[in-house]
Amino acid sequence: MKSRGAGWWFAAPALCVIAVFFVLPVLAALAMSLTDFDIYALADLSTLRIVGLRNYAELLRRPLFWQALGNTLYFVAVGVPLSLAVSLVAALLLNSRLARLQPFFRTALFAPVVTTVVAVAVIWRYLLGTRYGVLNYALGALGIPEIDWLGDPRFAMPAIILFAVWKNFGYNMIILLAGLQKIPDDLYEAARIDGASAFAQFRFVTLPMLTPILTIVGILTVAGYFQLFAEPYVMTQGGPLQSTVSVLYFMYEEGFKWWNLGNASAVAFLLFLLIFAVTLVQMRVARRAPGWQ
Amino acid sequence: MPRPAAIVVNGLLAGLAVVALFPLLWMLSVSFMAPGASSVYPPQLLPHEPTLGNYRELFARVGVGRYLANSLLVAVAATALSLFFNVTAGYAFAKLRFAGRDRIFRLMLGALVIPGQVAMVPLFLLLKQLGLVNSYGGVIVPAMASIFGIFLVRQYALSIPDDLLEAARIDGASEWRIFAMVVVPLLKPIVVTLAVFTLLGTWNDFMWPLIVLTDKELYTLPVALAGLSREHVQDNELMMAGSVLTILPVLVVFLVLQRYYIQGLMTGGVKG
Repeated sequence: MKSRGAGWWFAAPALCVIAVFFVLPVLAALAMSLTDFDIYALADLSTLRIVGLRNYAELLRRPLFWQALGNTLYFVAVGVPLSLAVSLVAALLLNSRLARLQPFFRTALFAPVVTTVVAVAVIWRYLLGTRYGVLNYALGALGIPEIDWLGDPRFAMPAIILFAVWKNFGYNMIILLAGLQKIPDDLYEAARIDGASAFAQFRFVTLPMLTPILTIVGILTVAGYFQLFAEPYVMTQGGPLQSTVSVLYFMYEEGFKWWNLGNASAVAFLLFLLIFAVTLVQMRVARRAPGWQ
Repeated sequence: MPRPAAIVVNGLLAGLAVVALFPLLWMLSVSFMAPGASSVYPPQLLPHEPTLGNYRELFARVGVGRYLANSLLVAVAATALSLFFNVTAGYAFAKLRFAGRDRIFRLMLGALVIPGQVAMVPLFLLLKQLGLVNSYGGVIVPAMASIFGIFLVRQYALSIPDDLLEAARIDGASEWRIFAMVVVPLLKPIVVTLAVFTLLGTWNDFMWPLIVLTDKELYTLPVALAGLSREHVQDNELMMAGSVLTILPVLVVFLVLQRYYIQGLMTGGVKG
């Protein structure tokens, strides 16, 4: 009886913070996306007009928005599978009985995750440089001609993808490693007795047992990669030829450079709907895969 | 046992470790090179004449000490506040009964899929009304409580035996006293985990501080570094020193407390 009142007192401070600084703004974003909130409204609210879905309609007519959407989808579609593949390979290697120095390797491979995006983006911008960049030097040693990674519209997004994979793969690696360690040894034992090869063991034991975790990791990574912002901000400023403008970069410029806050809210909401839709699709696909209990 | 397999596994691990660490070691090395010394072909691995000049320049002329202090203040304050808010709430959702508890918890889990950026524009206007735009408060306030933090603490607090709390209640201890004397000591590992998460998260955060801080004097390190890197495109050595100053503190915190960090990732990530 006594704890009934206390429960509220313990939960209320955090719930108030979340309500005021998260729930309220999210709802307000939806409302704002239906208005022409701009720099004039910022100074004088009486100039604000409700415009219905006009912001959305106009966004869908703007080539730069479509370009930003296309760039972001490119980043997600290539970056996420690549990222997950590297994470999975690294986790399998770390989990291997043959691996030595596991604690060292685990920490080393995880280190990029805890670093500051902005700072490592600055490093990578330098590594990817045309004349004195180390990557071009290494590729040159292999006979590959100089690539203008961040100055060529064909290579800027691939460069950012490489950077993102390097920065992020350690995170999923740790989660997948935890999942691998939970797979009972008997299953492998039984598979070996049946004469299953290493690949067959991976295909018919490891992968099905890992499906639930892979699903979660996939959903979280897709949601995270849709939020691309700091990398192009530091490395390319959206260029060259707007080939690395992401949806959030577009939202930032629209909202906080040009102060078209109604428009920016509409962009944010479209991004949310997109992430939500992709998440639902992923969950559907995962439910059909073997191994989902 | 097959030797070649062991060589392949360890060789691949070593290769991955080199790829993961090389950019960081390279940054450290170049940060000790004299201005212009890194712009040579072929690239040099180590500085010819190591110098602290870049760091001196950063502190004396660029005023990086100020940004360092800003980052530290914001990260520590946000961490302290978020510990209070998230730990009390996480405990309440796990062990105390109150009206609507389970419904609110389900709603919060659902809200996890909403990206924080959706809230940014109205949040900016709200903080403007409160006079918090362009202040430390503007960076700290939205980081004070997080659904993820509450969730993390709740999962851990579920394992506290009810008998223990009941016994303390029978002894006449108040709920706050039970929380402080019984619950918090039991939650210590997850509290450390949450502290590391929040500290690194707020230190590394970029987009929100970029939006809410307009005065250079208040910039956090990542915001200042992003600005500097746009001005000093050619000054690689200086920028590498700036990156070292930004990354080193979080890397040290991580190395010292990595046990907690990785444990938190494994519980939060797998169950989440």
